[in-house]
Amino acid sequence: MLEALQFEFMRNALMAGLLASLICGVIGTLVVVNRIAFFAGGIAHASYGGIGLSFFFGLPYLIGTMGFSIAAALFMAAITYKNRHRADTVIGVVWAAGMALGILLLDLTPGYNVDLMSYLFGSILSVPNAELWQMLVLCILLILTVAFYYNDLLAMSYDEEFARLRGVPVRLLYFLLIGMVAVSVVMIIRVVGLILVIALLTIPPYIAEKYSRSLLIMMVLSGILSALFTLAGLCFSYSFNLTSGASIIMVATTVFSLVQIFEYCQKPFRKKCDNQG
Amino acid sequence: MPDTKPVFQKLKNIIKLKNVWFSYNGQPVLKEVSFDVRQGEFLAIIGPNGGGKTTLLKLMLGLIKPDQGAIRVMGCTPPLSSPNIGYVPQDVHINSRFPISTLDVVLMGRLRHGRKLSRHSAKDRRDALQAIDKMGMNGFCDHRIGELSGGQRQRIFIARALVTNPEILFLDEPTSSIDTQGQADFFDLLKHLNRSITIVVVSHDLMMLSSHIKSIACVNQKVHYHDEAEITDEMVDMYHCPVELIAHGFPHRVLKKH
Repeated sequence: MLEALQFEFMRNALMAGLLASLICGVIGTLVVVNRIAFFAGGIAHASYGGIGLSFFFGLPYLIGTMGFSIAAALFMAAITYKNRHRADTVIGVVWAAGMALGILLLDLTPGYNVDLMSYLFGSILSVPNAELWQMLVLCILLILTVAFYYNDLLAMSYDEEFARLRGVPVRLLYFLLIGMVAVSVVMIIRVVGLILVIALLTIPPYIAEKYSRSLLIMMVLSGILSALFTLAGLCFSYSFNLTSGASIIMVATTVFSLVQIFEYCQKPFRKKCDNQG
Repeated sequence: MPDTKPVFQKLKNIIKLKNVWFSYNGQPVLKEVSFDVRQGEFLAIIGPNGGGKTTLLKLMLGLIKPDQGAIRVMGCTPPLSSPNIGYVPQDVHINSRFPISTLDVVLMGRLRHGRKLSRHSAKDRRDALQAIDKMGMNGFCDHRIGELSGGQRQRIFIARALVTNPEILFLDEPTSSIDTQGQADFFDLLKHLNRSITIVVVSHDLMMLSSHIKSIACVNQKVHYHDEAEITDEMVDMYHCPVELIAHGFPHRVLKKH
């Protein structure tokens, strides 16, 4: 296995996976506790429109995709902030429309285009150094922002009404959070694909939540878990010549299932102890 | 019984509502609401569901603005007075799985507008621990909020509301997740706090109004304010149903014929 590390693409894949894990640990935690996983999914899919835009107008990838995703995300945030009850419908519309727009724009763009498969499952094995640096910078900025607003974000996530009463700028923070989700999602899709982004954003935090006494611990645990999943997944894909993104997902899902079964089996034992105690 | 030293030097109206109207989606929720709350009062806001109790509370807190009329809390319009207000929301179990300790919940009370770095200072921690101690919840600082019972959670929420030494404490249906004995203890606790803080409790359950209550406001689009804790025909009619009362100690209530 270790001989794989002599290949630069493998080392880059590892670095990219680890950076993606770190970002997902922090942002994924906020997504799960704020119950905006579907929203994150909508942003991820709608961002395909940004790719179409970049190719059609010949814009640099980052500006086109990032710009479109942030715009779509903030648009959805504005509408859903006032109307929580129909939020998921609005997200569903933007989800589909963004994707359709991207596909149509790519149809209209002459020449070779990025194919959908690599967008769905990423191209972790072909990550250029420039992108690694971008991811590192993004990761640092995200962590600094979350650290700066930690207590406000915590308050907003746990008890928004109380936070608003205490003067926390809840509306601003909500838009900031959505913006951070959009930026993270776009960076990570490039590396691990659309399907994997949602899995990495939701599975590790879901597992970590039960064992976390604070939001910070949940973020750290999620980061560690997703890093472990990424590592194991890459090992499997290298050893058995499988798609890397899908391998990582399967490791995450397997652990998720095992944790659920373990929890379920623990219940009768706990009840017994309560009865005897 | 020892005489409690009077904490308030002069009684003044700490909350003033004048001709307040509020509608939601074009439907009137509150009409022509005018009454004053004196400092040191223990007010119960009662009324049928959908009658506007929670709306009235939110107006006093400044979470929503009235369509017409004026509200003054401690002399200013509600959003500005919020640093001096304590709020205990209804215990809804939505976030019981949330990874947060009781100490962090109480520290939330120390947040305020315009704080540069959102880190809690050492003083914040000291005050939070003091508030937890005051509520008798000393051993629970590191416990997750979801591990506590309903009554224990309510004590933590009160600690959170008290951590900034507020002038007024607002509680929204505080006993909905507490058993009967717990409710009696709870109102004893509120009476103790009432010695130095004005208290406003929203409750939809007339059955559990304690005799510690000093005044009542009945809300059903309009508000009838009663200085004495006495049930009148008016209130009974508003409920459109017979009411029962449970009194602690010397009953000073009268149940009118209905």
